[in-house]
Amino acid sequence: MAENYFEVLRPGINTTFQDNGRKNYYHIGIPFSGAMDNRNFVIANAISNNKKNSPVIEFALQGPKLRYKGDKVYFNVTGDVNFQILRKNKIEEGVCYQNLVLENNDCLDLISTNRSVYGYLSINASFKIDFYLDSYSVNTKAEIGANNGKILQKNQIIKMENITKKYSLNKLDYINSKIENIRVIKGPHFDYFSKTAKELFFKEKFRITKLTDRMGIRLDGPKIENIKYTNIKSEGLVKGTIQITADGDPIVMLSDHGTIGGYPKIGVVISADYDKLVQIPPGSKIKFKEINLKDAETIYKLYEMETQNLISKTK
Amino acid sequence: MIKNISNLGDAALYCDFGNDVNREINLNVIQFFKNIKKSNIPGITNITPSYNKLIISFDLNITNFDKIKTEVEQLNFKNEIVNEGNLIKIPVCCDNDFALDIKRLEKLLNLEKEEIYKKFFSKKYYCYMTGFIAGMPFLGDLSDSLYARRLDTPRVKVPKNSIGLTEQFCNIYTFESPGGWNIIGKTPLDIFDNKNNTSPNLINPGDTISFFQISKSEFEKKYG
Repeated sequence: MAENYFEVLRPGINTTFQDNGRKNYYHIGIPFSGAMDNRNFVIANAISNNKKNSPVIEFALQGPKLRYKGDKVYFNVTGDVNFQILRKNKIEEGVCYQNLVLENNDCLDLISTNRSVYGYLSINASFKIDFYLDSYSVNTKAEIGANNGKILQKNQIIKMENITKKYSLNKLDYINSKIENIRVIKGPHFDYFSKTAKELFFKEKFRITKLTDRMGIRLDGPKIENIKYTNIKSEGLVKGTIQITADGDPIVMLSDHGTIGGYPKIGVVISADYDKLVQIPPGSKIKFKEINLKDAETIYKLYEMETQNLISKTK
Repeated sequence: MIKNISNLGDAALYCDFGNDVNREINLNVIQFFKNIKKSNIPGITNITPSYNKLIISFDLNITNFDKIKTEVEQLNFKNEIVNEGNLIKIPVCCDNDFALDIKRLEKLLNLEKEEIYKKFFSKKYYCYMTGFIAGMPFLGDLSDSLYARRLDTPRVKVPKNSIGLTEQFCNIYTFESPGGWNIIGKTPLDIFDNKNNTSPNLINPGDTISFFQISKSEFEKKYG
């Protein structure tokens, strides 16, 4: 067949190409971006037997519906995703964490994520998309990356090439954790807040509001009272930083965050809990738990070992 | 120089240069930023200079806080601070269609618009940092008589390429974005060029900016 491509029948809510993001551009205002849930991203590429930083299609809550045209190709979906493959004469229920086949004219309907936010689609081929500042990752705010920096659009075509033949058909046994406790290291402005506020921050639950996207999470809960300055001279941010707005609400910076900010930082989510945090859907409640740096480093090592162990099981 | 280094979460260093906002402290931050960039310490993923802080992010798979902190502390920097920044000239059209807040400023500052523009265009500005949105420069310092507070209600959409003032600073909205700065004009130049794959930023920290006024016909002729 001459060309292999997807035709986008439904783009989904917020569907973008992502890889592991861009480094070394914070100082010009460009954040990391990259797949929100890094573990599910690397697993998707491992199952596809792609290079570990290959771009995938990331979708949020409702995914895209894609018609495939071309030679037989394998793909897999990671996350906790309900999906179907519509073949000539039958509808097949999708199974995550396993290579599945698409043939000419099959439709892949990534219906929704289940009690989670992000899902990933990886193909045993490479997408024909643009690279910008060391990455394919789409940043819709700066309009950079693949697809002219835009989310998927209805009726667009996604071309692919280099269909590979190496893959395993085993299903990876993995269940996404759905914990509500998020561990946090105290931030540089922790003492800007009243004694009661500091206690409330680690005692009460906060609800993830609908004002949540790839840039950040706005939380709703008890007001965190600032007793010093509600604004600071703007300074750099990192993903996972929790700032308290002048109104006393926490906002958590995520992968597409503004690179500098002027609200005090009460804490930072530990690296090992970031993938879990981004998967908690709006409407759910979370609770912050204080942890020290040494423990956070140990937990990260264990988390990374677990990821590597999962990757080795895909081979 | 650095007053204190602490951790920002488990994957970043928070280098504190003090609390004041001035050129001297900021030049220190920028010098430090450049030196760390040159040092090639393994595992660094981002370095973010701002007015008086520098944040160094790193990859926890390669290094950790203690290691990077020691490496940063052991670096031998030359003491002399030199500003290696460029001088960049930016055309601005102050037609009423673009100067969205000039009437508000006339009232707030008790100055005629001609005087506001005279004061604004007669100074050179220093770029303290770029960021928040891609390429947005934070420039200063304005003449004291131009200090104005932010809009009480921020605009939902500030047009791309608008020039805004607040307190002692001015900036350029590199993208259409929400914002509360007082808008006095618009430049036809692309300050952030998202088609440029090597250096999309026109203005970098440490650069000096001089604005000059152009008419609406020049704005349209040259770039329309």
